[in-house]
Amino acid sequence: MAELAEAAHAAAEHGAESQTVQEYISHHLSYLTYGRFPDGHWGLAHTIEEATEMGFMSIHVDTMGWSLFLGAAFLLFFRYIGKRASTGVPSGIQNFVESIFEFVEARVNEGFIYKNPYVAPLCLTVFVWIILMNTMDLVPVDWIPEIAMAVGGLWGLEHMSFKVVPTTDPNITMGMSISVFFLILYYSIKSKGLGGFLSELAFHPFGKWMLPFNLIIEIPTLFAKPISLGLRLFGNLYAGELLFLLISGLLGVYQLPAHFVWAVFHLLVVPLQAFVFMMLTIVYLNAAHEPVEHH
Amino acid sequence: MDITLTIIGQSVAFFVFWWFCAKYVWPLFMDVMEERRQKIADGLEAAARAEKDLELAQAKSTDQLKVAKVEAAGIIDLANKRGSQIVEEAKDQAKEEAKRIIAGAQADIEQEVNRAKEALRAQVSAIAIAGAEKILEGSIDQAANEDMLNKLASEL
Repeated sequence: MAELAEAAHAAAEHGAESQTVQEYISHHLSYLTYGRFPDGHWGLAHTIEEATEMGFMSIHVDTMGWSLFLGAAFLLFFRYIGKRASTGVPSGIQNFVESIFEFVEARVNEGFIYKNPYVAPLCLTVFVWIILMNTMDLVPVDWIPEIAMAVGGLWGLEHMSFKVVPTTDPNITMGMSISVFFLILYYSIKSKGLGGFLSELAFHPFGKWMLPFNLIIEIPTLFAKPISLGLRLFGNLYAGELLFLLISGLLGVYQLPAHFVWAVFHLLVVPLQAFVFMMLTIVYLNAAHEPVEHH
Repeated sequence: MDITLTIIGQSVAFFVFWWFCAKYVWPLFMDVMEERRQKIADGLEAAARAEKDLELAQAKSTDQLKVAKVEAAGIIDLANKRGSQIVEEAKDQAKEEAKRIIAGAQADIEQEVNRAKEALRAQVSAIAIAGAEKILEGSIDQAANEDMLNKLASEL
């Protein structure tokens, strides 16, 4: 509960600076952006407007940094545990890591019927990485941004945004789902051949005389996969974060119980969304590995 | 929604992390768990084998016990037979010994009788001569009587 009190305090301070709730939330929903200014030089954006002007040629230092940090931390930790793992009775932490490993392996064995030794590691990476990124949502909304603003103040960035939950950034979730999409394309073409893959788009489900209709159905279906995969994760986490911000910005001192209730509910969302992302990845890749059907 | 270079960065990170996981993390756990699975399988197999061994050993021990009982019974039988045989032999020997002792005693007695006869014979001739001397009062030719008396004595 201490962190909640801290969040309340921070929110009260914002109120004192006569910041509107809208400003508070929009500040929390923008990124620490490094990119190309309209005049051509590269640097950190000082305001939200500057960041918007940069457009595509910019990078979200905060979400990208957290994403890299959490992914690297997870892999190095797992490798550290794996290196000193014993084949006898596993110790507590090894047991924990192994149970995650076994959980993912079981899901892959159930859902993925073809032979590809790279699918299971992919699922482990995606599952644990997304869980960690989602878990950042449970850190009180003002903690890390306040620290970041205090540190940023040393370089004249006292109003900088600092987003902590990578999965509330559509770039992060879509970056992963597009990678999965490329894998779907790669394995489809690898197992069916380019011709087989294209004929599946063109001649299904109505046969070759209805080719335009087949394309109208199949191509959106294909592209819906990565978009729904990425947006589902983004939407769930973004909504969760937004509600935390609303509670923090609107409820004043009464926010503590509301934060608690929403955090408990969110504990379900965090692993569930990671699980959904992993399961859909398995399903999509399994479908991609299906050999071409003959009629 | 502002799509930026972050999407490419995340995509690159995705593939790098995947590669790292597949190369340096997944095989570690795969090996450990495979090895443990093998260990457990070996352990179970050894337990099953030990159980079977125990059964076999028990069966073998009962068999051996049976054989030992039969053998023991045979040995006891043999011992009994031998014992009675020894007793029989001892009886025979005793009988023979007794016969021998009786025979020896009889021989001794015969010898004693003969000796007594011999002594008696010698004394008889002396007594006869003395008696005859008394009867005839010295007029008899000693030499002529000697012959006659010796003849008498040997006839006895």
